[in-house]
Amino acid sequence: MSALPRTALPHSSLLRPALVLFLALSLLTGLAYPLLTTVLAQALFPAQAGGSLLLREGRPVGSALIGQSFSSPEYFWSRPSATTPMPYNAASSAGANLGPTNPALLQAVEARIAALRAAHPEQPGPVPADLVTTSASGLDPHISLAAAGYQLERVARARGLPPQALRSLLAEHAEQPLSGFLGEARVNVLQLNLALDELAARTRAARN
Amino acid sequence: MNAQAWMLLCAFLAVVLLLAAPTAAWLARVMEGRFALGARIEAPLYRLAGVRPQEDMSWLRYALALLLFNLLGTLAVYALQRLQAGLPFNPEGMGAIAADSAFNTAISFASNTNWQGYGGETSMSYLTQMLALTVQNFLSAATGIAVAMALIRGFARRGAAGIGNAWADLVRVTLWVLLPASALLALFFVSQGVIQNLAPYQQVETLEALQYEVPRTGPDGAPVLDADGKPEMQTRHTLGQTLAMGPVASQEAIKLLGTNGGGFFNANSAHPYENPNALSNFAQMVAIFLIPAALCLVFGRLVGDPRQGWTLLAAMTLLFVLAVIALTHYEALGNPRLAALGVADGGNLEGKELRFGIAASSLFAVITTAASCGAVNAMHDALTPLGGAVPLALMQLGEVVFGGVGSGLYGMLVLALLAVFIAGLMIGRTPEYLGKKIEAYEMKMVAITILVTPLLVLGGTALAVMAEAGRAGIANPGAHGFSEILYALSSAANNNGSAFAGLSANTPFYNTLLGVAMCLGRYAVMVPVLAIAGSLAAKKRLAAGAGTLPTHGPLFVALLAGTVLLVGLLNYLPALALGPVVEHLTLFGR
Repeated sequence: MSALPRTALPHSSLLRPALVLFLALSLLTGLAYPLLTTVLAQALFPAQAGGSLLLREGRPVGSALIGQSFSSPEYFWSRPSATTPMPYNAASSAGANLGPTNPALLQAVEARIAALRAAHPEQPGPVPADLVTTSASGLDPHISLAAAGYQLERVARARGLPPQALRSLLAEHAEQPLSGFLGEARVNVLQLNLALDELAARTRAARN
Repeated sequence: MNAQAWMLLCAFLAVVLLLAAPTAAWLARVMEGRFALGARIEAPLYRLAGVRPQEDMSWLRYALALLLFNLLGTLAVYALQRLQAGLPFNPEGMGAIAADSAFNTAISFASNTNWQGYGGETSMSYLTQMLALTVQNFLSAATGIAVAMALIRGFARRGAAGIGNAWADLVRVTLWVLLPASALLALFFVSQGVIQNLAPYQQVETLEALQYEVPRTGPDGAPVLDADGKPEMQTRHTLGQTLAMGPVASQEAIKLLGTNGGGFFNANSAHPYENPNALSNFAQMVAIFLIPAALCLVFGRLVGDPRQGWTLLAAMTLLFVLAVIALTHYEALGNPRLAALGVADGGNLEGKELRFGIAASSLFAVITTAASCGAVNAMHDALTPLGGAVPLALMQLGEVVFGGVGSGLYGMLVLALLAVFIAGLMIGRTPEYLGKKIEAYEMKMVAITILVTPLLVLGGTALAVMAEAGRAGIANPGAHGFSEILYALSSAANNNGSAFAGLSANTPFYNTLLGVAMCLGRYAVMVPVLAIAGSLAAKKRLAAGAGTLPTHGPLFVALLAGTVLLVGLLNYLPALALGPVVEHLTLFGR
């Protein structure tokens, strides 16, 4: 221990600085910082800070960032979700954590493919990968444009709307990668379905 | 890798390198006490604490100060979790955390690991998230940077008795680097959609009613079993969705800047409220590498030879790019068994978010395990076998490819000492690094730091595989189950914190085993590193002669990267062969 000078032996004077600095830095980083950030965030970006809620007739129907589960033929369906006890449980995010060789993964995917094929007899080709795999959070709000296109005719049929009208609706809501490389081409399912409800209501009103 | 993935990688490296230089200049100024306004503001705090910031500490005193400070942090995190039920900022009425889980989380956050056995939105009150977890996000990062600064001073000083003042280092980096950077980043995150509020969880009325099944429970709360011994299910309906809320952005910013990685929510950076879009994701990735990259340049600056810093950065970047290419390749390849079932070609999307896709999920997975961050924007457990081997191997290399804030630099400098030692043996000269003779004492300390983590990882894995309680946590059968355990121990002992999250690790067995691994993996490395710093600071600095091995330039980059790979592979190749390699062969073999 040649590197240890005699004068540097430890003594009790470490306790006071440790306690005082720990308390001071805790209050600063653990209360002042998050609370001030909350105040600033609420002032500058109130909608985002509160969860980017979507309103319909003044009532919150979801968040622009959080997916929802859809199963009726009149809606575009979201990706499978592994949250419990119900899918898209936004109070308990979770992935499936199934490894690539796990038989449970293969069985689940097989069942999802069968269900999709049964609901979409007009689509004989391969099934879009995002429609049969669970997302990391279980709350993925998006599907790929291919996955939306796969479902388009089924939705049109159930709604009694021309597929062309749905195609333009989809094109309107499609999101492209930022600067060409940040992110993927995709569509927000909840926002697409909200627009779909509006379109259907407008069409009904026009027919009457 | 396709064109999109290459563009993403190039843009990422360009932004990190562009920001690293000014960050390094600022870090060096602050840590050397040359920020005069800051010093005036700190003065009353030092008076209150009885600290003389100019006082130089010996390495032992410096180490004791940090250990005491971290011990206080651990106790505070434990206490707040146990008492949260009766404390304010708890709109969801979260109850006390179990003792074993609270112990694990306390060590996890104090040691900059941020391994999470719990799910944030289902267990932690807002006060615990802020006053326990966010605080340790700052202070564990400050601790890592302090140790790195002490080691840098060891190289820069000559004939010195001390390596700086631990209190001043902790206060300066927290107040003038971590806090302002986090505040700015937090507000940017909010602008992108990350939430920041103290409201109770938000109820919304969904478009469609949802029908789901839950196990029926008896009056005692235990599930009712049917004749076959399976839980009896009952159908429930809901017309609503509960959105978890909280002060997320403020914790998110320091989670990344301090390479902590502990998410506010269970799904971490895959949760849309933590990481809402591709741009926020890009900012998260840059934030993880910013300080580790800058610290390399601080090193070069303070030892008076910027080339030394760039050399370390080049070796790190070389290993990093190789890892990105490998992981992205295997994820884009996808899962052949799903393709055989009739799934369209789109890469391995299981466990990934669509807004990030294959390229940004793969890049994030490499960044978070190259740096000892451990935040995830995709589920690593669902990666392809060799794709998943990349994060595993990056952790096992000792978290030195950028690495944690501070710990990455000091880990890499230890390996640089080993590299000059090996080179010295080959050419038959006394090894030197930056004019400091590397002698028996330093090499003993180097040996300890290099051996501690493999011992914890491999010994711990062996223990868990042999124990009933260890095998009980496995979620995936076969070789993948072994990988889950190996990943958990690699993550804990190297203070990363990411997981193959299928492993049920919130049990007394894993909470204790991983808690011990995290603690020793952090402090049993930190103390010998400080001992090296103290020993080096006392030495003379010799002038470079004709026979001195230059420790800058491409030759040393290759020597250093080679040493990192050699040490890592010698330790872990057999274990990797039993896990990911076997699984790869079963998946792709004929």
